[in-house]
Amino acid sequence: MRGKWQLLTIVIIVALSAVTIIQVPLNFGLDIKGGSHIILEAEPTPGVKIDNETMDRAKNVIERRVNGLGISEPVIQRQGANRIIVELPGIQDREEAIDLIGKTAQLEFKDPEGNTRLTGADLKDAQAQFGGQYGQPVVALEFTAEGKEKFAKLTQENIGRNVPIVLDGEVLTNPVVNQAITDGKAIIEGKMSMDEAKNLAVLLKGGALPVNLKPAEVRNVSPILEKESISRSLNAGLLGLGLVLLFMLFYYKLPGLAADLVLIIYGLIVMATMAGLRAVFTLPGIAGFVLSLGMAVDANVIIFERIREELKSGKRLHAAISAGFHRAWTCILDSNLTTLITAAVLFYFGTGAVKGFAVTLTIGIIASLFTCIVITRWILTAVANKNPSGMIRSFLGKGAVQNG
Amino acid sequence: MAKYNFMGKRKIFLTLSAIVVLASIVLLLIRSLNLGLDFTGGVLLERKFEKPVTAAQIRGVLTGAELKELGLGQSVIQPAGDGSEAIIRTKSLSDQEIRKIDAALGEKFGKVQELRTDMVEPVIGKELMRQAGWAVAISWLLILVYIAFRFEYLFGIAGVLALVHDVIVTLGFFALIGWELNMTFVAAMLTIVGYSINNTIVIFDRIRENMRLRRRESLEELVNNSINETLSRTINTSLTTLFTVVAILVFGGATLKVFALALLVGIVAGGWSSLFMASPIWFWLKGFEERKRASGKAVKA
Repeated sequence: MRGKWQLLTIVIIVALSAVTIIQVPLNFGLDIKGGSHIILEAEPTPGVKIDNETMDRAKNVIERRVNGLGISEPVIQRQGANRIIVELPGIQDREEAIDLIGKTAQLEFKDPEGNTRLTGADLKDAQAQFGGQYGQPVVALEFTAEGKEKFAKLTQENIGRNVPIVLDGEVLTNPVVNQAITDGKAIIEGKMSMDEAKNLAVLLKGGALPVNLKPAEVRNVSPILEKESISRSLNAGLLGLGLVLLFMLFYYKLPGLAADLVLIIYGLIVMATMAGLRAVFTLPGIAGFVLSLGMAVDANVIIFERIREELKSGKRLHAAISAGFHRAWTCILDSNLTTLITAAVLFYFGTGAVKGFAVTLTIGIIASLFTCIVITRWILTAVANKNPSGMIRSFLGKGAVQNG
Repeated sequence: MAKYNFMGKRKIFLTLSAIVVLASIVLLLIRSLNLGLDFTGGVLLERKFEKPVTAAQIRGVLTGAELKELGLGQSVIQPAGDGSEAIIRTKSLSDQEIRKIDAALGEKFGKVQELRTDMVEPVIGKELMRQAGWAVAISWLLILVYIAFRFEYLFGIAGVLALVHDVIVTLGFFALIGWELNMTFVAAMLTIVGYSINNTIVIFDRIRENMRLRRRESLEELVNNSINETLSRTINTSLTTLFTVVAILVFGGATLKVFALALLVGIVAGGWSSLFMASPIWFWLKGFEERKRASGKAVKA
């Protein structure tokens, strides 16, 4: 009866894994699907303390900008005390994106004496449109209530004089005030294309970065490059896996076949867990997966060797299987836990690809513990019930007989 | 399976191991590792052209009048693919400067396709190395603590000494062959640590068990038997792991070559240290401790 419940559990787990893999698309890293990986580092800026709050604000600004550019599925994360990671899948408009993301975008409205009277913080909205004197592309600004008053005062005081609009220290436009502007609206005009106007609007609407950021690492991978590398690595992994399955079958015969079945189930469970957790498959991650497969094989080898010893010492088949599992358990637990320790350290210290490797390895180790203890045991017991003499011959060699 | 005398020849094995470790350290000191862009910082451009282009032609563009001010004389240029691809490694550049290079290349060779552009500041590479060093050291410490807790501290010391051997030998090997190392090498080193301790623990587990069950054997005999009893498992597991690693090394993509080779060397070194070093070192430490305890008692009496 117990066996039936176990079978049901195993079937449910396998079915769930299969459905998950089919339903949830695997999440591939930039090294596989191509795109830009950018690490921005906060530069010491006079008058700005680089702390948690500053970096969170900077991250929010970058998020608004990236969203404003309409890039799909971006990843924006803080890293360490002073860095922000930006991942942009795909390669369209990459250069433009990097340009925009790193800009401080400190907008200032100055009076003729050069004093800053309004900043980007006084803006409520910015839109690119055709306008101005000749219907050329411009950016239309709308101020907040407070900004509206400040701007009215600035224009009132400076009729007939120039009030420069400055972005990151560069004068965008230097219009002459004809009359006081009290409706809280203004336009920035200058020599720009519609695209440039749109980007400027995105920048201004997203707000200024509270601190200067400079790229410390930029990696652009085109999807074409990796396609070949991926399929080669994948085929190599499958070839290795095939060799492992064959080896187990030839060396261990019947229990080897059981181990092969367990390994395939193991692969399904790991893939499904990766998909379910939305974990990212990177190239080193796939290598980690292949490696953890090796460890799953190891658990089975340890168990089989143990059962063989128990049989040699004269135990009956079922007693030998039971004792074999019992005695293999501490060994498997200790060896897997120590590997788990290194995976955890990798996860804590690693970044990017190395972290992906650690995640895959961790999931692999846990799945390996589960499959070898639960599924291998169930299958071995079932086979031993059906074909005890075949099982004993597999473990002890031809001609071995044991009275079941 | 035949029984091998691991313990009887332990002095030979330990001496051999010590020689290999020393040779590795010497290699590391005189040849040092070929650290790639991930560690040193700089720029890597991988570009595809419409027709085959030689390294000399590219160098001509890089040092030509248009790009003179960038000072690209020290760049390393390496043809790739069918000759229409090239990898250019050079110093740190800004995005604008990289675009200038692309424009100059395009002017000379026609349409230039970007395959990969990596720009890493030296500070990131230094950090990566520091992190990797810490990661290895901390994993050693945690493994030591775990083994001390589950077994006893002498097992922990012996196990970690075997790991130190594996890491030094692998580093020495890469100093010898001079392959350029990337970030995946760090992952490989950490995997070696995890994998090799795995092997060692399986043997230690057997020693621990036999010490409980078989009290009549001498300690040396018991250790030797434990290694032999777990030998077919050690060999089978190493073989199955090597299948996949060798397959990736031979047939896998270029990105994973360094990773796979580091694993291959590490697994071989780890197999050696598990069989020929860890248990003999533990045996030696154990004997040392017991002699000390005995002499301590003698003094008291």
